[in-house]
Amino acid sequence: MNVLARALAAAVALRAARRGASGGPAPDGPPGPEHRTAGASPAATRLVAVLLVLTGCAGAAVGVLLALHASTQLLGLAAALAFVLLAVALAVASFRIVPQETAVEDRPPVTDPQTRAALTETVRAGGDGVSRRALLGGAAGVAGAGLATAAAAPLAALGPRPGGRLGESRWTTGVPLVDEHGAPIRADALEVGAFLTAFPHGADPRELGSPVVVVRLRPEDVSLPPGRRAWAPQGLLAYSKICTHAGCAVALFRYPLNEETSTSPALVCPCHYSTFDPARAAKVTFGPAGRPLPQLPLRIAPDGTLQAAGPLSGPVGPAWWGVGHS
Amino acid sequence: MSTQVPAEREEPVGDTPAVRFVDERLGAAKVTRGALRYVFPDHWFFLLGELALYAFVMLIVTGVFLALFFSPSTATTTYHGGYQPLDGVEVSHAYASTMRLSFDVPMGLLIRQTHHWAALLFLAGIIVHVIRVMFTAAFRKPRELTHLLGVLLLGLGLVEGFAGYSLPDDLLSGMGLAIAYGVVLSIPLVGGQLGTLLWGGSFPTAGAFESRLFIAHVFLLPAAMAALIGAHLALVARHHHTQFRGPGRTERNVVGTPMWPGYALRSLAWMCATFAVLLLLGGLVQINPIWQWGPYEPWLGSNGAQPDWYLGWLIGALRLMPPIEPRFWGHTWAGNPFFGGVLLPTAVFGLLAAWPWVDRRLWTRDRLDHHLLSLLRDEPGRVGATAAFAAFVATIFLAGSADRLFVAAGVPYEAQVWVLRAAVFVVPAVVGGLAARAARRQGDVRR
Ligand code: FES
Repeated sequence: MNVLARALAAAVALRAARRGASGGPAPDGPPGPEHRTAGASPAATRLVAVLLVLTGCAGAAVGVLLALHASTQLLGLAAALAFVLLAVALAVASFRIVPQETAVEDRPPVTDPQTRAALTETVRAGGDGVSRRALLGGAAGVAGAGLATAAAAPLAALGPRPGGRLGESRWTTGVPLVDEHGAPIRADALEVGAFLTAFPHGADPRELGSPVVVVRLRPEDVSLPPGRRAWAPQGLLAYSKICTHAGCAVALFRYPLNEETSTSPALVCPCHYSTFDPARAAKVTFGPAGRPLPQLPLRIAPDGTLQAAGPLSGPVGPAWWGVGHS
Repeated sequence: MSTQVPAEREEPVGDTPAVRFVDERLGAAKVTRGALRYVFPDHWFFLLGELALYAFVMLIVTGVFLALFFSPSTATTTYHGGYQPLDGVEVSHAYASTMRLSFDVPMGLLIRQTHHWAALLFLAGIIVHVIRVMFTAAFRKPRELTHLLGVLLLGLGLVEGFAGYSLPDDLLSGMGLAIAYGVVLSIPLVGGQLGTLLWGGSFPTAGAFESRLFIAHVFLLPAAMAALIGAHLALVARHHHTQFRGPGRTERNVVGTPMWPGYALRSLAWMCATFAVLLLLGGLVQINPIWQWGPYEPWLGSNGAQPDWYLGWLIGALRLMPPIEPRFWGHTWAGNPFFGGVLLPTAVFGLLAAWPWVDRRLWTRDRLDHHLLSLLRDEPGRVGATAAFAAFVATIFLAGSADRLFVAAGVPYEAQVWVLRAAVFVVPAVVGGLAARAARRQGDVRR
């Protein structure tokens, strides 16, 4: 260890002696900020050696711990320990072992006027004797535009045109409402204040048009527009569950249990707090959504299960160019 | 070159074999010596960018490991593995392979969590670095392009981070992607086309998107970012670091520690410290426990799962936007998410990119090179504007954490939104004014 330290110190001293002539402040003028001292502290050298050996041990420990199926915590601790030890070793080496130097370096100039003039001349010379530049330039533009089109055309293969299909759904008259497991939903299973998610029987539940929320309010509280009076039998209402703001699930139902202290029932989207009033055709009462949730007209089949009495009242999900009415 | 002397006769005594080997093959002695004598100014401010750089290194190393085990497919499979509560549940391959990574692959959870923490630190490092650059006006000529590359890097970093946590197909992934899809659809005129093009159909049933996102996350974006980092560093080295004013420091020099050996060791120590912190976090602090969120289904939602913090300002912007959605002549001219999700980030990043030129117009007012950093007291107007800009983004960010405040302190979210809608305009004005005044005071005291 000592041998190594001495060798290092000797090398450092040698280098310092060699550089002595070039460093230091200018002979005339105020002293500059540059200085250089060399000479490793023996204690620091020993410390760094110990730290480096310990780093090796901690690194090896990671391998051993892995073989022993140790927990994530232990593995993380061991790996972090190895790097902490190495970091300290390097920092001590940087500040206590190697030469300490403050140097002044000239900034490389960014430009050189002569070289720039030569470059300008070279660029210009390339156009010597060329006439009808506008024609050539225009033609090159045509070539570039054509090639760009050719290069971009395959991108069209990435996806279909949306047509009217965005926001469409499988809901039509007579489609039964089923739950997540495909079981029909009985009207009498829903009490006032109930909230559940339903899907069109036989359709892919993952399509944005599929999920609807079904809630039950007191029939006297429901006030739908004239054309929708028959859509909520016994106060049962269904709306698309996909937020018309940006497509999250409208997952929260706020139903007042104490009429004096709380406001009217509301469907709330947890993403950006769009709030819809289920009693009034899912009108937006708060938040950023730009249009109500599409409503699904409901009817109760003779066997007491819920069915769609028609398609959803509008396109499902976030608005896009093709959404024409609210 | 004209004199042909046998090499051995020219050989100086005392050559180090390694130096000789390299130089005789690459002729790189001059360049290498220049690099080793490159002077770094001694100030911790200059470590912020390095922090981001070392976090990026960690991201690449851990990311390669993760990519070996992740399968980017939304086709369904039945989960069996180390996490009992989900045993036998139908999930996507993406979700199942992330679960396997977390519970069954040796060291998998450590590396996954370290990767996620590294992403957070990477972006935090860049953001603090940008704030430092803005307040000290380090972006001035000749560093405008360095600044532009950095801004681009920050933008790509945000997209890359979002892409990363969108891959596992858990509930948080799906909710984030649903919103991203909604934002794309909201773009005037082309949103619908663009959405179906990117997703290969409609979200979430089109199966093509997952593998596209994977290619973007593990190849396209990292390659672009690595190239940008390289160019950014090359430009930094071309002009050398900026420095604060001080004894012997001028516009024409740099004073500090040379690369070899002092600064190299110090920087490597900084790198190891960064790695240590990331591994410690990865080992001890749980992040994105996808088994708690469960697999994504479009009809599920929750605000128990929070997206990464660096997206908070975008969520805040979507929340604060009033319900404006221009719809006439049979078309939606812009969906509401367009304003908070496209227009605002474009404006913020556009301003950030244009800042060096704005600054030259308003405060610097010359075309000279500036290598000495500006102090706060030098230009109160710049300080005020920068502080106002930061306060604007920070206020919007607050709205992104409104449900945290709701849960923690019971402040209703409606009240928060109304207050913050006003605060977005008031807070930047107040903060900017106060910052400018404080800077002016400091200048007066000095004078
Ligand atoms: S997605 Fe529902 S409020 Fe934004």
